[in-house]
Amino acid sequence: MVWRGMSQPKAISLISGGLDSLLATKVTMDQGVHVEGINFYTGFCVEGHTHAIRKQDKAKPKRNNALWVAETLGIKLHIIDIVEEYKDILLNPKHGYGANMNPCLDCKIFMVHKAQQWINENGFDFIITGEVVGQRPMSQRKETMPIISRESGAEDRLLRPLSAKNLPPTLAEREGWIKRDQLYGFNGRNRKPQMELAEHFGFTDYAKPAGGCCFLTDENYSAKLVDLWQARGHRDYEMDDIMLLKVGRHIRPSNHFKLIIGREEGENKFLQGYTKTYTSIKTTSHAGPLTLIDGVANDADLELAARITARFSQGKNEDSVTVETRRQNGETQLLNVKPLSADDIKQEWYV
Amino acid sequence: MSHHQLDARRMFCPMPVIRTQNKIKELHPGDTLEIVCTDPGALSDIPAWCRINGHTVLEMHEHNDEVFLTIEVCEEI
Repeated sequence: MVWRGMSQPKAISLISGGLDSLLATKVTMDQGVHVEGINFYTGFCVEGHTHAIRKQDKAKPKRNNALWVAETLGIKLHIIDIVEEYKDILLNPKHGYGANMNPCLDCKIFMVHKAQQWINENGFDFIITGEVVGQRPMSQRKETMPIISRESGAEDRLLRPLSAKNLPPTLAEREGWIKRDQLYGFNGRNRKPQMELAEHFGFTDYAKPAGGCCFLTDENYSAKLVDLWQARGHRDYEMDDIMLLKVGRHIRPSNHFKLIIGREEGENKFLQGYTKTYTSIKTTSHAGPLTLIDGVANDADLELAARITARFSQGKNEDSVTVETRRQNGETQLLNVKPLSADDIKQEWYV
Repeated sequence: MSHHQLDARRMFCPMPVIRTQNKIKELHPGDTLEIVCTDPGALSDIPAWCRINGHTVLEMHEHNDEVFLTIEVCEEI
């Protein structure tokens, strides 16, 4: 397309790495708009660190799907670290949480707001997202679409190409940057229209995440996060907390400490990196896991933790297993303990 | 032209990519950047980011669970 007498319009597209943002971007590019991608890293993105820890996952091919989308479309991708700013969104969501600890509506508003700041700083004209009316129960409903536009500050500079015909015309349509009749009216949770459009464009290798792209939508992960806050007595977190919630078995015999027990070699290796900041336990007489103690454990707690650790070692059926405990200050101690029986590890201890 | 280093060990993707992206904003065409990471995902993610933005990966290898990449900064596409 030739933009007679005017410069080519420019849009930034929120790229998650999933199919909808891929399609929304392609639809917009095909109308002659210059599009670049923006991807926000919250710390909870499944896309990120999931495959890096467990040894059994190392054989799987690795791909950052947001980068793959950008490369497939031939556009630039700006990846923005919002880990610190995101804390306030997670801890104080104005619109509340979804089924788990997912503040989806506040999250979307925040990301569109950041994109709005970006277009102001970089001289772009509008923002596009892959949102579809009715697709998600919290953030992608007919009632929430104007809330996102308004509260993000993007107002009518926010275009949803896949669902535009269900919504009032935006600036991009009114200015003639985009032809509304070449946009779509997808609606609801049915993914068939998107899959057909993907086929039309020849996209076959797109990501199909089974559990969404954010750990906060995961029930088990959210339970661990809530447990962490309850045990500490305050709602806050650091990057290491987020990471450690992803790794190992979490067993809390008491409110003041919990065990994080590596489940395989990759996790043990990962946990090894934290042995200077956490008390740790490893079995020395038998092959077994590395355990971190989160909290303050006295000698009796440490012995109980050692017996639990021994339970997950190859000496679990022996009368005695030798473990080495190591405090953060480097002080070590050898203990001979009887592994706890499976029945003695109470079900409610598992976080 | 100058040579720079970036330590992205114990970070998980996309953080090594973000740190690379932000570091390269400070550099000039012809400069080289050597990155060391522990996330093997960097072996696919950083080259993908370079292809998108027009930079050249001169060399990459793994050694003792660490990943090393050397990038030549080019004029951005």
